Amino acid sequence: MADVTAPAYRVIPIIPALKPGAMEGVKSFVANDKIQEAIGFPGQLVDDWHDKVIAKMGELLGKYRSLKVYMDACVHCGACSDKCHYFIGTQDPKNMPVARQDLMRSVYRRYFTLPGKLFPKLVGARDLTREVLDEWYSYFYQCSECRRCSVFCPYGIDTAEVTMAAREILDSVGYGQKYSNEIIGKVHKIGNNLGLPGPALADTLEGLEEDVKEATGIDVRFPMDVKGAEVLLITPSADFFAEPHIDSLIGYAKVFHATGTSWTLSSMSSEAGNFGMFIGNYEQLRKIALRIRQAALELGVKRIVVGECGHAWRVAYSFWNTLNGVGEGADPNDQFAQMLQKQLDHRYKQPMHICEFTWDMIGQGALSFDKGANDKHIITFHDSCNVARGSSMGGYPGGQFDIPRNIIKAVANNFVEMSPSTTHERTFCCGGGGGLLTDDLLDLRVKGALPRMEVLQQVVDEHGVNFMACICAICKAQFTKVMPIYGFDRRMVGGVHQLVSNAIILGDK
Amino acid sequence: MANIEVDGKTYETDEEGYLVNLADWNTAVANYIAKTENVEMTEQHWEVINFLREYFEEYQIAPAVRVLTKAIGKKLGAEKGNSEYLYGLFPYGPGKQACKIAGLPKPTGCV
Repeated sequence: MADVTAPAYRVIPIIPALKPGAMEGVKSFVANDKIQEAIGFPGQLVDDWHDKVIAKMGELLGKYRSLKVYMDACVHCGACSDKCHYFIGTQDPKNMPVARQDLMRSVYRRYFTLPGKLFPKLVGARDLTREVLDEWYSYFYQCSECRRCSVFCPYGIDTAEVTMAAREILDSVGYGQKYSNEIIGKVHKIGNNLGLPGPALADTLEGLEEDVKEATGIDVRFPMDVKGAEVLLITPSADFFAEPHIDSLIGYAKVFHATGTSWTLSSMSSEAGNFGMFIGNYEQLRKIALRIRQAALELGVKRIVVGECGHAWRVAYSFWNTLNGVGEGADPNDQFAQMLQKQLDHRYKQPMHICEFTWDMIGQGALSFDKGANDKHIITFHDSCNVARGSSMGGYPGGQFDIPRNIIKAVANNFVEMSPSTTHERTFCCGGGGGLLTDDLLDLRVKGALPRMEVLQQVVDEHGVNFMACICAICKAQFTKVMPIYGFDRRMVGGVHQLVSNAIILGDK
Repeated sequence: MANIEVDGKTYETDEEGYLVNLADWNTAVANYIAKTENVEMTEQHWEVINFLREYFEEYQIAPAVRVLTKAIGKKLGAEKGNSEYLYGLFPYGPGKQACKIAGLPKPTGCV
């Protein structure tokens, strides 16, 4: 791994020269039978995989109308071709979104369309062979499901959904990815992606209370499993473990303290992340989300707030209402979802993002800041893909862009935007999203970070930026790892609530 | 699955070189893994490895980076209680690289 190097910045950021086959050999570790079977998938590639793949594909085409439309609608206009960070960084034409979709589309045409059945060669249809299946595995685990390409597609084709469908098909025939599926198993067994057991979490939280007391002289609590608390905080388990994530956790705790909000974490449901979405598996997506409902019911909380985790916020904002009953519109026949909806206090947004919580409190004048405490930072903001393109905040379009920036400006004096072609809904993925944040894909991750690094370098050169804030655990871990390879200090990356934590003035409430 | 051979004995590791059976660990194995990671083991490295193993025994997981730096700082002096010191010892990241040498499972998730 020592030989991973950063690609050179492009002199003119346009379509790179093609390098066919550049990423052909790339294959994320395949899950072993133990990992697969633990979450209900076949242990290894089944003998009749060919027929099973076609059958599963047929099932998904029937179930998800969107998938069928995406398979049929593409006219190969090329608008998406240079919009993917992995294509830009790897120059492999199969990492163009249209080519990635075509990996599945060619098989779709062969088995599900009349022209493809009769004249496959004329319509770009191809047989499903073992080589094709391996190609799926390779290239559908080179997509971070960030949906940037879909912003530019005139038909709105969402490659992320195609990738999710492909992974779901692969899992169903026993061809799963180690990284994602091992993590899903840990959530069911231990309660979070990390595999952090309750006693370890309690010890970590206790340590944080000591640290904050030492730094500020104030008793800021990090409560766990407190029945009757008002707020249940669901945050990525990386916030309990990794740097710089933990600094944002301290920020949330200080905000709750300063506003006099009673809150709690849950040892049973100590994970916001939901890798069920990454593998496109509805059952897993739902099962993971149900842990949150169970914790909320057991603890009797009135509100659910979600910490800095990009894809978790997409799942929470877009799917929790029907998955687990947080938010409105749960199945009327789902007894527990209805129970939870009655329990939650609907004067507040359910669920609520921690940025919405903090921004509301700032608006109410409940928080005060010493902005000078962040003067050592010249800050820019990296929009996380799933927040930018899969959710909203504040109850109005674009709130997911404004609110984190508003918070930064309220707690710090120096804020600079990166190139507008790479922010807001056009943001680039960090290069590690969608189940790719694993060491065996480090080379891909480094290459995929290229377009973000290019524009970061611009604001570093022009404005002296020395801090890039984000609101996603994957972004934080990915940048901490790859930025040193581009010559940046890994401590340049941090959370929005890390900045809040630096500047917040704690009263003794 | 892969295997490593140390002093004539075979040990099972996963694709990334982490020991599969935690009970297999011994100092010879640790030294062997360190070599494959280009880490030259010194007394300072062993202090970290030993702490990791003690913590794991109690909590069944490696400590958070912050817990680790704090413990090292308490034990060895404040100037060593920071992540720069740990990154100096384990350049690929104190979390993963040190865990690997200590024979502990790799922390997974968004870390």
